[in-house]
Amino acid sequence: MAWVNAVIQGILTGGLYALFACGLSLMFGVMKVVNLAHGDLATVAGYVGVGVIAATHMPFLWSVPVVVLIMAALGYVLQRSMIQAAITRGELITLIVTFGLSIVIENGLLQFFTANTRGIGGGSSLISASFSIGSQIQIAWLDVVIFGLAVVVLLGLQVFLSSSKYGRLIRAVADDREAAQLSGADYRHVFGIAAAVAFATVGLAGISYGMTTVIDPTTGTDTILLFAFAAVVIGGLGSLWGTLIGGIVLGVAQQIGAQINISYELLAGYIVFLAVLVVRPQGLTVRRSES
Amino acid sequence: MSEASGENTGSVPANGTTPGGTTPPDPPGNDRFRVENGTPLLEVRDLVVHHGQLRALSGISLRVYPGEVYAIIGANGAGKSTLLRTIAGLHHPTDGSITYDGRDVTGMRPEKRATAGIVMVPEGRRLFPSLTLEENLKVGATYARKGPWTIDQVYEVFPWMKERRGQRTAQMSGGEQQSVAIGRALVANPRMLLLDELSLGLAPVILQRIYGMLPRILASGVTVLLVEQDVSQALRVATHLQCLLEGNTTLEGRPSDVTAAQVEAAYFGMGSVAQAVHADPSEGGEA
Repeated sequence: MAWVNAVIQGILTGGLYALFACGLSLMFGVMKVVNLAHGDLATVAGYVGVGVIAATHMPFLWSVPVVVLIMAALGYVLQRSMIQAAITRGELITLIVTFGLSIVIENGLLQFFTANTRGIGGGSSLISASFSIGSQIQIAWLDVVIFGLAVVVLLGLQVFLSSSKYGRLIRAVADDREAAQLSGADYRHVFGIAAAVAFATVGLAGISYGMTTVIDPTTGTDTILLFAFAAVVIGGLGSLWGTLIGGIVLGVAQQIGAQINISYELLAGYIVFLAVLVVRPQGLTVRRSES
Repeated sequence: MSEASGENTGSVPANGTTPGGTTPPDPPGNDRFRVENGTPLLEVRDLVVHHGQLRALSGISLRVYPGEVYAIIGANGAGKSTLLRTIAGLHHPTDGSITYDGRDVTGMRPEKRATAGIVMVPEGRRLFPSLTLEENLKVGATYARKGPWTIDQVYEVFPWMKERRGQRTAQMSGGEQQSVAIGRALVANPRMLLLDELSLGLAPVILQRIYGMLPRILASGVTVLLVEQDVSQALRVATHLQCLLEGNTTLEGRPSDVTAAQVEAAYFGMGSVAQAVHADPSEGGEA
């Protein structure tokens, strides 16, 4: 029963990891940007949530869309300024710029918010609510909600990309930037939209993470970025649902590892990550020809 | 080869309309023979373009008047595609200017030119491989000007597209892809359509069919500037012809007024390169 529990918990955690990963995957798929500040931006979203609630005293749930909108706007602005400037200068520059951004964010957060950990949504009854299946399996409602959120986000992204005007433009620009320009599309604006969408998912990821556990200024790189990378690689780069599969595989591996020995939790996750890199480098959901 | 490495000045011998490096305003009453409906829709003056150190165009000038089919011919590396891409805004000229519809567009971004009506069908089709046929057309129509061409209109011209609109274009034949690329450009409702090497990789029969579209396009009020390596094809459809060689103009004129020998000389750069074709306006139009 304990193993069943580990698998169930792992699957649910996978939803959170998919939230971490889908923005990273989108940014890479469209702009070929490996955003090393991805995790830190999720942390920023968490702190923005803390700040918004402290400043306006609005209920926690109301603050979520506010944070998502702020993050989306930040995404558009960052993309149109710093990241776009890096893209025009080459792939390596993009890597260095986002790495620099990551360092700046971490130290900025440390300066303003100290190294103390913080939780988000502490007043919400959702944080501690749970239900049991049988005597050994206890499931937190929060994990279920986050998993559901991840599925809804991925569905939403899929619908957005496949049938909206901007989704179509994003795919067109990802295919052939120049040809899109010849059709009248300003690819920089389209990149901005894609970044806004990616950052919105990052916002949700940061808040979700801050609710399930706590965040501190280094959470972004220590945890979120690494798990996001692992989920993307396991699932397959550029595949939206692959991030969910990758997240679930990572989550289950971690929980099973923890079941064997609590100190094996992270190790088990990374062993699976490495195994996938060796055996199936294109990821679980991507066929070799497509990658 | 006397002119081939010519400098910016004096490298455009055609018609005497651009006698020097600095271009005077259009001198009216010279021996221009084309149907000049007032001002040219597109005017390129002394365009110089470099690819890094390499000088791709050394002072090209041309004028395209509304309703024309202006063909630019030349061998590989003559600078034809560079010229077209510069007009579309994908290359930045080191010198010279591009005027469209009375407006200087030399520094304008490519997407702005497209929405202003200069739309290019790029060399090699350049469709969006992960999009379906219809989605390709929809992208073309996203920032379209107002005009006669719609996606349904394109389906009317190419009836086969309607049944296959949900397919990815990657599996389609070269001719089909070229048709989609033309359709994608048309739904943007261009005034100035730039066609870059339509013939590339296409069988002659298919090519005939695609060029058979041209009257229909012209009838909708579109002016065409095309680049073609296939000289006979260009001669068939063009109302005006300009031959490039190593970044210079070697021949300019109406297809009916140039001889095969002149074209050959201009195309390959044999003998005296500078040839201007002067014709009498009373000679009638080209079919």
